[in-house]
Amino acid sequence: MSAISFPEPALAAQAEEHAQPRARRWYRQPALASGAILLALIVAAAIAAPLLTPYNPIKQNLGASLLGPSAHHLLGTDQTGRDTFARLLYGLRTDLRIAFIAVLLPFCIGTILGSIAGYFGGWVDAVLMRLVDIVVAFPFYVLIIALVFVLGPGQRSIYIAITLVGWVSYARIIRGEILVAKRQDYVLAARSGGLSAVRIIGRHLLPNVITQAIIYAMSDIVQDILAIVTLGYFGLGVPAPTPDLGSMINDGQNFLTTHWQLTTFPGLAVVVVGLSLSLIGDGLADLIRPGQS
Amino acid sequence: MSEPASRRRAENTAAGGVKGPMLDVRDLHVQIASRHGTVRAVDGVSLEVAGGEALGLVGESGSGKSMTLRTILGVLPPEAKVTAGQILLDGVDLVPLSRSDLNRIRGPKISMIFQEPMSALNPVMRVGYQIAEGPRVHMGYGKAKAAQRALELMQRVGIPDPERRFRAYPHEFSGGMRQRVMIAIALSCDPEIILCDEPTTALDVTIQDQILRLLAKLCAESGVSLLFVTHDLPIVAQLCQRVAVMYGGQLVETGDVREVLLDPRHPYTLGLVRSAPDVEYVRESLVPIPGSPPSLVSPPSGCRFHPRCAFAEEDCRVLPTPLRVLPGGRSTACLHYERAAEAAAADRVGP
Repeated sequence: MSAISFPEPALAAQAEEHAQPRARRWYRQPALASGAILLALIVAAAIAAPLLTPYNPIKQNLGASLLGPSAHHLLGTDQTGRDTFARLLYGLRTDLRIAFIAVLLPFCIGTILGSIAGYFGGWVDAVLMRLVDIVVAFPFYVLIIALVFVLGPGQRSIYIAITLVGWVSYARIIRGEILVAKRQDYVLAARSGGLSAVRIIGRHLLPNVITQAIIYAMSDIVQDILAIVTLGYFGLGVPAPTPDLGSMINDGQNFLTTHWQLTTFPGLAVVVVGLSLSLIGDGLADLIRPGQS
Repeated sequence: MSEPASRRRAENTAAGGVKGPMLDVRDLHVQIASRHGTVRAVDGVSLEVAGGEALGLVGESGSGKSMTLRTILGVLPPEAKVTAGQILLDGVDLVPLSRSDLNRIRGPKISMIFQEPMSALNPVMRVGYQIAEGPRVHMGYGKAKAAQRALELMQRVGIPDPERRFRAYPHEFSGGMRQRVMIAIALSCDPEIILCDEPTTALDVTIQDQILRLLAKLCAESGVSLLFVTHDLPIVAQLCQRVAVMYGGQLVETGDVREVLLDPRHPYTLGLVRSAPDVEYVRESLVPIPGSPPSLVSPPSGCRFHPRCAFAEEDCRVLPTPLRVLPGGRSTACLHYERAAEAAAADRVGP
């Protein structure tokens, strides 16, 4: 009956962590904080585009084509006389919106299919994971470009293509996490309480594992933005007059030697957006992953 | 507090139990497929728990106690399956039931308390919601009514300041408080019987005592039956009216808790009693049982305890040893139980 117990290191660490919750506040993570601020600035600029520039990004002005940067046109104009700065802001609007929506569908579908595969196992798991293997066997860009080519350019095709290709990563992550989590006692306890499989997955398992998918979603948005820009560059993206960073780079590359600003600034914008999202992803991972300061 | 079901039960028990046993396990066999062969984890176990009664199921690690509990609840690991037997809960056989039918029984009729309250509670769900979940799912309670129910239960299991603790997470509770939460969850749908899988093993001794008193009080109040698995004999002596001793996947002795623990009729029970301190049974030193538990892939022939038994005879190696009812209503599987009885008597006169 004499229970001699030594403090378990894990528990002691947990207690310590608990005593100083401030160390885990999000703004104490330099990566997360700087990424979040950067992204907030970009998103604010994109949303406030009509306030930041008086120009219409679509309206052509052939009398003012290919002007250099000036007080009137901060980044000059393109070959049809459209203001580059205005197109950059409105292009960010288009691309960010598509990317954020495009990441939601694979996130949801992948999470649902991954939890079904992980929780039920057996032939359901085998079938779903072979499907995942098939998708993973193709390179990401090749598959996306091929799908959009078949479906025809446009936003709808981009959503469909990214969803068809993107869900596999979420399915894999969630399946793996659920495989581990479902062996925990609280799942056994939930089953003992007569809860349905749907409820156990939705209320008990997913809240414990979804963070991994959220962290991945941050880097996935970066990939999606790059994919959207790449599609725009190939002329498979958003149809012509709508501003889009990829088509801006494509249009501008004919004038690369004389008007470098036409390609360089859209390119830089993509880099900065990608950087901010990567920083957020890294910071979130550090924040959520246990046992890390 | 008195729910209609518990009142009905209390009347039943007061009237001396009109119905048959609440839980009646008959000749249960469970086999687990493993790399080394088929493990006969539960091999012909029969148990009865009457309404309002607490039955202790004791035995060492690997004797099949926990597997028996998981079988009753229908939460066996995928590689294990019931090969024979019946589990009658209030007259309904649980073995052939579908998953969804079982889900209507788990919670409102039968529930379980686990050994490790920390790992058996969902770490990212507020405890109040975990307690309220059963009533919402099984009793059709709305959000507010279920929360009210959860607060009542928290009060009933002795969690101080329930309104504030309702929104706390499991890691903010101490071990004893977590186990009280587990008990509240087990009671949440007013079940007929609660299965307890060593619910006090992970707690320190003073908390153990509090939890046991709480369980005993709740049982007396609501007339709920307990099937209490443990390897701790003093706990059985404190809480249970009857005890069943399990060895190598089989029952070796059952009976009234005082009779069995003070005057064992099976050498294994005697060994358990001798190796445990303080069951009103004071000795100079503890006597361990020699050897180790039997392999359940290829169990010993005859009596499974014979390789470790001091009283084993030639017939113990060959004859099957089913439980036999002795005068007075207790049962033993030992062919030569008089020897265990003599040794126990000698112990009492003892050194």
